[in-house]
Amino acid sequence: MKKIWDFHGGIHPKENKDQSNQSAITDAGIPPQLIVPLQQHIGQQAELVVSVGDKVLKGQLIADAHGPVSVAVHAPSSGTITAIEEHEVPHPSGMSDLCVFIETDGKDEWCELSPCEDYSTLTPAEILGKVRSAGIAGMGGAGFPTEIKLRPPREDKVNTLILNAAECEPYITSDDRLMRERAEEVILGLEIMAYVLQPNECLIGIEDNKPEAIEALREAAKETQIDIVVIPTKYPSGGEKQLIKVLTGKEVPSGRIPADISVMCQNVATSTAVYRAVRFGEPLISRVTTLTGDCIANKGNQQVLIGTPVSWLLEKNGYLNQKGSRLVMGGPMMGFTLDQTNIPTVKTSNCILAASPKELPQPDSAMACIRCGMCSEVCPAELLPQQLYWFAKGQEFEKAEHHNLFDCIECGACSYVCPSSIPLVQYYRYAKGEVKQIKADLEKSNQARERFEFRQERIEREKEEKEAKRKARSEAAAKAQAAKKAAAEAEAKESKEGTAEPSQAPVTAKAEVSPAPEVTLESLQKKLLMAEDKLSKMEAAWKDAQENNPERAEKLAIAVESSKANVKKFTLQITELGGGASDTPAGPSLEELESNLEKTKGKLQLILNTLEDAKQNHPDRVEKLERAVAKNHTRVASAELALREASEQQSKQQASKLEPTESKG
Amino acid sequence: MALMNITSPHAHGPRKTATLMRVVVITTLPGLFALTWFFGWGNLINVVWCSIIALAAEALVLLIRKRPLAFYLKDYSALVTGVLLGLALPPLAPWWVSLVAVAFAIIIAKHLYGGMGYNPFNPAMVGFALVLISFPVAMTTSWAAPASLLENPMSFFETLGTIFGFGSQAIDAFTMATPLDIYKHEIGHSIAQDVTQNPVFGAYVAHGWEWVNLAFLAGGLFLLIKKVFTWHTPVSMLIALTIMSLAFGWDADQATPPLLHLFAGATMLGAFYIATDPVTSAVSPQGKIIYGAGIGILTYVIRAYGSYPDAIAFAVLLMNFAAPLIDTYTQPRTYGYAKAKRGAKEAE
Ligand code: SF4
Ligand code: SF4
Repeated sequence: MKKIWDFHGGIHPKENKDQSNQSAITDAGIPPQLIVPLQQHIGQQAELVVSVGDKVLKGQLIADAHGPVSVAVHAPSSGTITAIEEHEVPHPSGMSDLCVFIETDGKDEWCELSPCEDYSTLTPAEILGKVRSAGIAGMGGAGFPTEIKLRPPREDKVNTLILNAAECEPYITSDDRLMRERAEEVILGLEIMAYVLQPNECLIGIEDNKPEAIEALREAAKETQIDIVVIPTKYPSGGEKQLIKVLTGKEVPSGRIPADISVMCQNVATSTAVYRAVRFGEPLISRVTTLTGDCIANKGNQQVLIGTPVSWLLEKNGYLNQKGSRLVMGGPMMGFTLDQTNIPTVKTSNCILAASPKELPQPDSAMACIRCGMCSEVCPAELLPQQLYWFAKGQEFEKAEHHNLFDCIECGACSYVCPSSIPLVQYYRYAKGEVKQIKADLEKSNQARERFEFRQERIEREKEEKEAKRKARSEAAAKAQAAKKAAAEAEAKESKEGTAEPSQAPVTAKAEVSPAPEVTLESLQKKLLMAEDKLSKMEAAWKDAQENNPERAEKLAIAVESSKANVKKFTLQITELGGGASDTPAGPSLEELESNLEKTKGKLQLILNTLEDAKQNHPDRVEKLERAVAKNHTRVASAELALREASEQQSKQQASKLEPTESKG
Repeated sequence: MALMNITSPHAHGPRKTATLMRVVVITTLPGLFALTWFFGWGNLINVVWCSIIALAAEALVLLIRKRPLAFYLKDYSALVTGVLLGLALPPLAPWWVSLVAVAFAIIIAKHLYGGMGYNPFNPAMVGFALVLISFPVAMTTSWAAPASLLENPMSFFETLGTIFGFGSQAIDAFTMATPLDIYKHEIGHSIAQDVTQNPVFGAYVAHGWEWVNLAFLAGGLFLLIKKVFTWHTPVSMLIALTIMSLAFGWDADQATPPLLHLFAGATMLGAFYIATDPVTSAVSPQGKIIYGAGIGILTYVIRAYGSYPDAIAFAVLLMNFAAPLIDTYTQPRTYGYAKAKRGAKEAE
């Protein structure tokens, strides 16, 4: 027996699993219309590759992954695309998103797939490619792209691969049935992931309330190294962090991800999807969804095509809407209510709970918090929910943050036990939103201030440079004058003595000529800087717009292109000019390069710092910042290169300058 | 289609604040019974009288604050305050003492601070302390003598008459100082053996009081098993009190012995019904231990060196003061942190 640990708190709500786990998984059928959202995962929306009127086959790609954190979308059944437009998608906020409407033809005709008999003939990279092109996203929770998750940073080798089979939420039994009926697929999928990750140990964490599934898994995993660990039933043992604690005794540090402690969790349904993608080449176009609740006649688990409208499913399975009933997508602890049924199921839809008012009664009106501490007794994150509530209510967000508001996993255990029926989680969501908003605003004003200061500094610097140049010029002029004088004297001498001293002449000439190219070079460099600045701004705006304002994004894309062209032009000009001006003294530009390098380094550090912060508090921004870090790394590198080249050149020049002096001496 | 949009979680546990309060009231009944058995009808009358005042005062304030009456009265918190005061006040305290204590507790200590959940001080104890300071005579001379020590104890109506001032009895014949009070004053010029000759100490610890305290202890343990509160506060308070009285009162000829501290006076009522009031206590388990120990230590100190015979009220109020500070320094360690954040630092 493997040792297991316990996590703090937790609750034992009524399981209500028997209603749906008694019968085998059935096929939900093909609805006349499929509504397939382009974004069913965290990250960027997939990019359309079809258009209205196209005929598609089952499994055919309809939108490709776009950007690093993105997932492809495939046609769940064959038919014709009738529309591509905004439609409500399953989301707590009831928001709309771009969806592809497919009128199914009922033939369910597959497109050509590329199966693979033996995954061990593939390289890990090839497997990852298959996972990516199958459009697999985590099917248990937030829907993080699986391929990316399977590709942790190199320094974070995964030692422990965990399959999360806890399924701790009441009512939901989709994983339970899946494991009972397709245990081999689950195990094979896990083996494929283990093949990619090469962990030291491979665990399946499963709650002891699923004896049949445990048996089936044991049977299927007989010949393997996989360890099936039965854990006590306690909500939320299926929370990633809690499961890791239970199975390994380790805790994921606040604001970090499991990979940082060499652990990775994958979900049961995801595992079968990985198996099917690798073995049969099947993309993720359907999933097992639990239909349950007293308002549904035909309870059980069904294999549902992604994009199947909830209304169609409900109708087909005898939905009786009662007054005050609740329709929940997900479980009763963490799911969200749907306020209308014309909504598609997606890759993360593990349960549709049509609860009667008796099962999930209207919450009582909240009474005052009596600080009984029951919430903190059950909080798996070991927070003080009553204090958080207090702070959130009093808008004391800083204090809430200090009390680790952002470590709340919104499991709902606190609200569940609160005798005063306070909707605690609602307060935390609100507080989190507010804090994020405040941070974003602060960031904006900081940026504005930085920009201002930067501008101020630049103006200052330019002034100084101008001054320096002016001095240099006047000195040069003075020198030239002196030289002329000297030359004149020399001439006079020469005319007198008949000997020549030509070495001075070119110097004079140079002194007179050099300022000109130097000025243009500098101005060009300045222009380049500005152009680069503009480009990065444009890019940022463009990215922003892509997320929020697709129309503007197109315009901005053009602007970005032209800015890029500008940058290229200036760079070109500078290199051209650089050749011509290479014999100008390298001194000042060397210093400039040095300061440039310093600045880029500083900026990089700044971004790194923000990144650290973001990792703690703004997971959504991390990705963007990481890109920024990469960019700045290259900038530092190029600055260093430039500096090195410049210094080499200078030393050469000095050497060449030195020679004549020596020969003179 | 009447679908509701409610945020998660959608399920809710069976516990209700009102139920908890009701359970608290019910579990005081054994204690009340013991009090009535040994000391006559006084406490029973007081409990009823205080409850009526408490509910009336609550209703009055709710009306003034324009709150829904039924909703708030249903939470039973006012009733709890009333019952606790009825149990804590001297059995023969005149009606106006109870009136002042309860009204002050509900109107000032509870509602002026924002109502249930917002009051920093235990309302019942604020009321108790107020009358203790304001009417010291009534508060020290109204303790009923154990009924079995009287030749013919007061009947129910006689008691009623005494409390409400229409009786003709000379109350002095029926009252007696409390054992804690007697021991403290006698031991200065006597030895333990002589002091305990006083029939007020009875056969065991203190006549009647030991049973009253055991009854409250039983009720408290029941609440503990039912997880209405955690063990931290009462246990640490009792341990602290025991240690203090062992350390400073080991010599029964010099000071009040430990058993008397534990089983006479309002010790168990204080430990299980007053110190555990969640609103005014510390929050985290660790905090509760400190909070409870504080009450235990202060109780001993005030009993031993103060001029009041019992000290639960003052000890609790003083620790109420300290509770927010204790909370600040006893935040639990959150999942994923190497150690707990402590102190009042507001931001990283
Ligand atoms: S459970 Fe509810 S009433 Fe009790 S302390 Fe927590 S928030 Fe307050
Ligand atoms: S929702 Fe947050 S505060 Fe409440 S129990 Fe879960 S983690 Fe703790």
